[in-house]
Amino acid sequence: MSATIQLTIASTSPLPVRDLGAAPLGFRGRIRGIRAPGTGSLPAAELERRLLELGFVEGARVEILHQGLFGRDPIAIRVDGATIALRRREAGAILVEALD
Amino acid sequence: MNNLSPSQRELRVALVGNPNSGKTALFNALTGSRQRVANYPGVTVERKEGAVTTPSGRRVRLLDLPGTYSLRARSPDEAVTRDVVLGRQAGETMPDLLVCVLDATNPRLALRLVLELKRTGRPLLLALNMFDIARHRGLEIDLDRLSAELGLPVVPSVAVRRGGTEALLARLDALAAARPAEEAPLSHAWSPPDAAELRAMQREADRILAAAVREPQRRDTLTSRLDAVLLHPVAGLLILLTVLFLMFQAVFSWAEPAMELIEGGFEALGSATDALLPETGALGLLRSFLHEGLISGVGSVLVFLPQILILFLFILLLEDFGYMARAAFLMDRIMGGAGLHGRAFIPLLSSFACAIPGIMATRVIDSRRDRLATILVAPLMTCSARIPVYTLIIGAFIPNRTVWGWVGLQGLVMFGLYAIGIVSALAMSFVFKRLLWRGTPTEPFMLELPDYKLPRLRNVLLGLWQRAKAFVRRAGTIILAMMIVVWFLSSVPRPPEGATEPAIEYSFAAMIGKAVEPVLAPVGFNWEISMALIPGMAAREVAVASLGTVYAVGSAEEEDQTELSQALAGKWSLATALAFLAWYVFAPQCVATLGVIRRETGSRAWVLLTFGYMLTLAYLAAFVTFQTASALGAG
Ligand SMILES: Nc1nc2c(ncn2[C@@H]2O[C@H](COP(=O)(O)OP(=O)(O)OP(=O)(O)O)[C@@H](O)[C@H]2O)c(=O)[nH]1
Ligand SMILES: [Mg+2]
Repeated sequence: MSATIQLTIASTSPLPVRDLGAAPLGFRGRIRGIRAPGTGSLPAAELERRLLELGFVEGARVEILHQGLFGRDPIAIRVDGATIALRRREAGAILVEALD
Repeated sequence: MNNLSPSQRELRVALVGNPNSGKTALFNALTGSRQRVANYPGVTVERKEGAVTTPSGRRVRLLDLPGTYSLRARSPDEAVTRDVVLGRQAGETMPDLLVCVLDATNPRLALRLVLELKRTGRPLLLALNMFDIARHRGLEIDLDRLSAELGLPVVPSVAVRRGGTEALLARLDALAAARPAEEAPLSHAWSPPDAAELRAMQREADRILAAAVREPQRRDTLTSRLDAVLLHPVAGLLILLTVLFLMFQAVFSWAEPAMELIEGGFEALGSATDALLPETGALGLLRSFLHEGLISGVGSVLVFLPQILILFLFILLLEDFGYMARAAFLMDRIMGGAGLHGRAFIPLLSSFACAIPGIMATRVIDSRRDRLATILVAPLMTCSARIPVYTLIIGAFIPNRTVWGWVGLQGLVMFGLYAIGIVSALAMSFVFKRLLWRGTPTEPFMLELPDYKLPRLRNVLLGLWQRAKAFVRRAGTIILAMMIVVWFLSSVPRPPEGATEPAIEYSFAAMIGKAVEPVLAPVGFNWEISMALIPGMAAREVAVASLGTVYAVGSAEEEDQTELSQALAGKWSLATALAFLAWYVFAPQCVATLGVIRRETGSRAWVLLTFGYMLTLAYLAAFVTFQTASALGAG
């Protein structure tokens, strides 16, 4: 599943795609896709819709502004003008390419 | 069908929008209400109704709703909004008009919601709120363009300034005059948007935003600078701890002068009634009732008003400033470790004031299990009704000196009691998660962090005034009523002729207290405490007031000793005092809280569970404290 997404993205863009959940503090990038895993407490489709409703849509610019002390979790993400706190596990569903 | 003609029927308007966009502030400005406004998402969790009279004298019925990011309600508060908007509320048609309230400084997600609302087909009006901040930040918003792109009327608004709602009122007026003849449809067939639709709507919103707003994404510089410190992984946590610590120190050290003033007032009042009435006969009974029953009982609670106001001052300032969401961010991992939902933090912090609003605030939590876990432990957070109990005992038994040069020992003990409350809440939620909901994965934490705002003096003063009123009202109603009963029980029957013991030893109060005493003797409680705990089941402060009355009646024959803390210091051992504190950390002594748990969980089983586990913990904690302290020689 994720491999096909990587492939389709790779065919339209030369930049490498990673997941936002693993990105370091200060990371800036652009969202390339939402790939919710079927694990966790929420069904994949539900997590995807919640992220979309919080503005995590393909093309949006993101930046990791802050992170917590324990396990670098949660993270505060700037998404096109709003600041949203998420845990890294959910942020892992957001595929991004680095900017700059 | 409604049989009123449309011109007679009031226009029904609902305020909808993202959390923290200023809906309630607008509602208050328009209707003159005083609903709670604060700078974090999820303040309003119920629908509230009010009436507006437009400039030309038309009446409009206004509904304030909980904020939401979409109509796909995920938590109980969002379900309220969905049901009102879609006309699913029992016995109500859809509103005639939805006023969509946008934070003009943060319109992106709100615009997507507007597009979603448009699909319901209801008339919409956009209020670009916080227009003052937007202008101050130099955001250029082309209102005409926005209106044209959306095909909707758009007005700017400033909810917190006089005259800031004029444009909105004028619009409402025009719409009320031109209201369509037909009734609003009863409800709307609506299906939740799927991911593709959500994407399309957000893209469209982004396009409109790019066309109508210049520099829509610039970040507030004050907020970024403050967050660099306040959300710093280490410094941020230290600051959070310091803030809480200062709060409890202040509760002690700042309140002193005001408390002495109130105390002095009640003493003067007591002496005045004593001077007016004779000591014996029927009027003597009245004199005892007024002085020992009312003035000593109610006074012993009212004296704590300054402390409660200081606590609320801190909480209100933090709420208005925008710190609550940050505190939730910093605490998320710790809360998660205890099995609590990330959004449980704000309800739990609100429970410092009172568990009731705290339990109500859990409506923002989407998963029912997590909501229940939070409700179960919220009463363990140290609510302001415990302040009188704690302060009384600490004042009587803990020496007022400083340690480490500057920290007040009394404030330190108070902080410790708060800390025990917090730790036991976390521990119990951990236990409940293990016992009741084993193996369920934790829910995600998703919370918008709003920009900081300078607390508004008016809002803070109003908040304090409301708390003061509520506290005095409690003292004047439930506590007063209980005191009448307690005084009666302590004064009747009169001692027999030739009695050797103090009169109170022959009273009903003593009989009741002595009947319960054997159960509580292992935790070090004497019959006076045992008796006071019974009316104290109604509300925590009542126990203090009851002790005030019992000891006042008991000592009436000795020389005038009005101060309860002196009486206690003379009559209780340190071990008993500490056990009493331990008891109050856990005891479920608040009928109103149990009632709210019943209402919010919809089942009596959860009430029984809460009551049972808290009572068990209270007994165990008091037992261990008393026995340990006695063994160490404090008995
Ligand atoms: N400067 C300014 N501040 C505003 C304005 N409107 C609201 N505020 C502030 O914004 C914050 C949020 O206001 P609320 O009215 O509680 O927001 P809400 O939309 O009811 O929020 P929820 O109930 O959580 O959905 C508060 O701190 C208000 O004082 C405005 O027009 N100008
Ligand atoms: Mg509100």
